[in-house]
Amino acid sequence: MSEGFRVAYFPGCTLKTDARDFESSALAVARALGIEVAELSRWNCCGTVYSLDAVNLMPRLASVHNLIRAEEEGFSEIMTLCSMCYNTLKQTNNLFTSKNNGLAAINDFLCLKPGYSGRVKIYHFLEFLREKIRPEQVKNLVVSPLDGVAVAPYYGCLLLRPKEIAIDDPEKPEILTPILSALGAKVIDFPLNNECCGAYQTAMHQEAVVRRTYRIINSAQSEGADMIAVSCPLCHYNLSALQGLVRSTHPGLKAMPILYFTEVMARAMGLDYRTGVRVIPQDVAAAEARLRPSPNDPGREAVK
Amino acid sequence: MTRLGVFICHCGKNIARTVDTEALREKAATLPHVVLAKDYLYLCSKPGQTMIADDIREHHLDRVLVAACSPRLHGKTFAQTAQRAGLNPYLLDMANIREQCSWVHIDGAEGTEKAFSIIKGGLGRLLYAEPLEPFQSPVTKRVLVIGGGIAGIQAALDIANSGYEVYLVEKLPSLGGHMAQLGETFPTLDCSSCILTPKMVEVSQNEHVHLLSYSEVTGIEGNIGQFQVTVRLRPRYVDETLCTGCGDCVPTCPVVVPNEFDQGLGARKAVYLPFPQAVPAVYTIDWDACLNTDKLIICENCYKNCEAGAINFLMEPQEKMFEVGAVVLATGYELMPVAHIGEYGGDGYEDVIDGLQFERMLSASGPTGGVVRRPSDGRIPQNVVFVQCSGSRDPEHGIPYCSKVCCMYTAKHALLYKHAVPDGQAYVFYIDIRAAGKGHEEFVQKVMSEERILYLRGKVSKIFKSGAKLVVWGADTLSGRQVEIEADLVVLAMAVIPSSGSQKLARTLHIASDLSGFFSEAHPKLRPLESNTDGIFLAGAAQFAKDITDTVSQATGAAGKALSLLANDFIKLEPTISGVEEGLCRGCGLCVSICPFGAVKMLPSTRTGAMVAGINPILCKGCGLCAAGCLSGAITLKGSSFKQIFAQLEEMV
Repeated sequence: MSEGFRVAYFPGCTLKTDARDFESSALAVARALGIEVAELSRWNCCGTVYSLDAVNLMPRLASVHNLIRAEEEGFSEIMTLCSMCYNTLKQTNNLFTSKNNGLAAINDFLCLKPGYSGRVKIYHFLEFLREKIRPEQVKNLVVSPLDGVAVAPYYGCLLLRPKEIAIDDPEKPEILTPILSALGAKVIDFPLNNECCGAYQTAMHQEAVVRRTYRIINSAQSEGADMIAVSCPLCHYNLSALQGLVRSTHPGLKAMPILYFTEVMARAMGLDYRTGVRVIPQDVAAAEARLRPSPNDPGREAVK
Repeated sequence: MTRLGVFICHCGKNIARTVDTEALREKAATLPHVVLAKDYLYLCSKPGQTMIADDIREHHLDRVLVAACSPRLHGKTFAQTAQRAGLNPYLLDMANIREQCSWVHIDGAEGTEKAFSIIKGGLGRLLYAEPLEPFQSPVTKRVLVIGGGIAGIQAALDIANSGYEVYLVEKLPSLGGHMAQLGETFPTLDCSSCILTPKMVEVSQNEHVHLLSYSEVTGIEGNIGQFQVTVRLRPRYVDETLCTGCGDCVPTCPVVVPNEFDQGLGARKAVYLPFPQAVPAVYTIDWDACLNTDKLIICENCYKNCEAGAINFLMEPQEKMFEVGAVVLATGYELMPVAHIGEYGGDGYEDVIDGLQFERMLSASGPTGGVVRRPSDGRIPQNVVFVQCSGSRDPEHGIPYCSKVCCMYTAKHALLYKHAVPDGQAYVFYIDIRAAGKGHEEFVQKVMSEERILYLRGKVSKIFKSGAKLVVWGADTLSGRQVEIEADLVVLAMAVIPSSGSQKLARTLHIASDLSGFFSEAHPKLRPLESNTDGIFLAGAAQFAKDITDTVSQATGAAGKALSLLANDFIKLEPTISGVEEGLCRGCGLCVSICPFGAVKMLPSTRTGAMVAGINPILCKGCGLCAAGCLSGAITLKGSSFKQIFAQLEEMV
């Protein structure tokens, strides 16, 4: 890796509200790894949920605006943290590079001269870590190793579907494995790590999402996971906030800590990132506290 | 002085409806060199042909234009007419005023005008036509059959029983192919090996058959009637002539590896016979598995135990060269690896197996002795899920086509499973049931209705492990519900794909294959047994997925095609091929790279010794690509010279 490279960062709305710890931990980790993260000076909503309507291009304008701004600010690459933002921006950008493109129509509509080129590349933070950072670099920064804590990476769907924009093998994602291993974690591969968490159905059909939350957590737990690492604020919400509801039908389900992968990294690296804004039920927080004593805590042995 | 005759066909109303044939005839009669113009109801009829022949003789016509249908239809008919009348058939040409004119026009005036222009063009072309003579090439009365499965065995037997010599080349140590692995065959439940092994024995004992097992075709040169073949015989390290097949070498062999014949479910030693009825019944040492290497002999157990003295660690590969007149390709199929379908666990789950593995389990001579057992723990599975179209009909996994045999063999699998485990439950996921063969639909209906097997119409989305069980998620589109089944064993009817190595063989043979890798037939409807290279015929699943019945039919057909070629001492070849004007050739070699048939080679000129293009008249198909590509205009396609083409264009526009 060339030390100290700079990358444009598109935060998205949740990273500035409910998922502030995701952002702060990611920025702290990036800083520690020598990555200079430059937030776009102006940005708007990514467009949330890529519209599958092939004719109506309107839902894509929000994404395009962000891509145009990145280009205006002289960036050829932008990085996201939120899986949803990654998915929406990347799919929209693909419109401009695929043969059957909506480029002309959108540029005409926006009355842009010369118009958006389609050349900005969208990356998820995990792709940067894979391509530009060696696991040893992460390992060298670890001050409080996870010492065999069983972490189950959960990818959900937005980083993997559709396969054209997947950051990893959609059926067997492993992009988090080297990172978590470098932190000293025991990585748990569980079969439902690429299943959808239920996403926005949580607003309309909460019972369906509760069922999925149960399945996913139960699957990870039966494979021996102590915690689940995620990269999507919506997955984070569904998997953590709904655990109470799951217990009303499955009282036996143990509380499962759900952390952003950057939080797991920041903690192992001993970085201070907490913003004080976290939306986590009490029992999940308690389970998390039990799992993660301070580095010198004698109780640590018990966790092993 | 050129004497042209023009004959205009009405083709009933096909042409006459939109083209005023009478006016056309009158106009054609006024064209230069035309001494005779006639129109007629059906020129291809016997009286029509007789009229043309009579007129050629009577009016001393030296060039004739027939304005009728496409020459693809009746080109040969009228060429024969010309020949009968004593006119060189290449001095008779056709002007297509049907497909290219009357059929695509509504307005009569427009149609007639265009027909006239086509006739003028045809006459222009005809003026520069030259008389050509077909030529001959001798036929070597021997056939090479590549692939020793049921297709290759059947083709070899049919050819050998007609009294011709056959070289049968099989890549593996034994004949038999996939059919030898099957338990019972649909829809009659015949024991597969019981009906196959007599044929294996018969072909190996036939005096006209040279069986080359454990061998591969590495080179083929030449062309129809005369192919020079090179075969590489892999060393068996066991002398075929000395081995008695007693098997004394096996017990003391210390190396155990998975047995390919059992699809990896069973084990074998490094010295092995793939299966008891193997032909030839000769043991083979798997050198990759054997402890010995070319440089070092570590273990001599088999050598010491072989009373016949057949073991020879120093055996080397051999090359065999021979000439044949025809080739039958019967290289068969294999199944798409389970690893290709990530959502079904890749190849990560022992109890997710493919159809051929299940066949081995059902086979009485298989690794479980015909008892259905889970590979992971040997238990008898109580819930078995069969998944049809695993990979097939699924462009996402790269296979758009239907593999054709899976509906039938899955029904058979479910039936045989129920017979073996009567209290077990079988589930079959399917998209559609395609049971179009004789007795096939009846078989599937019987399985569905009498065997209490649950057929679920839908695809399986995911298979994953949960404890000792496999969880199968799928959709039942008939009830509109998601289905979750806890299974002990999952059998995937994996897509049928061409056997590995068939692409390499296609390149060796200069034949085409389709997008999926199956060998292309010369015409999908009318020439399904022939490749696009003359003298190379196709049999069995190498051409496309098919069942045993269709494979045997096609093999016999391909043998028939080869035999009808061998029935001639010489083959007659069309003279409408490319020719090189050596004086103009500058030896750039562009034509060599352009030719799709490998018919052009750079050779030293007979006059100057410089390297110039030479056309192999037997390989050349007369496509004209080399002529179009030649930068110095040295190549001419006989029968379609540039002079002819330009004259035609000039007259037409």
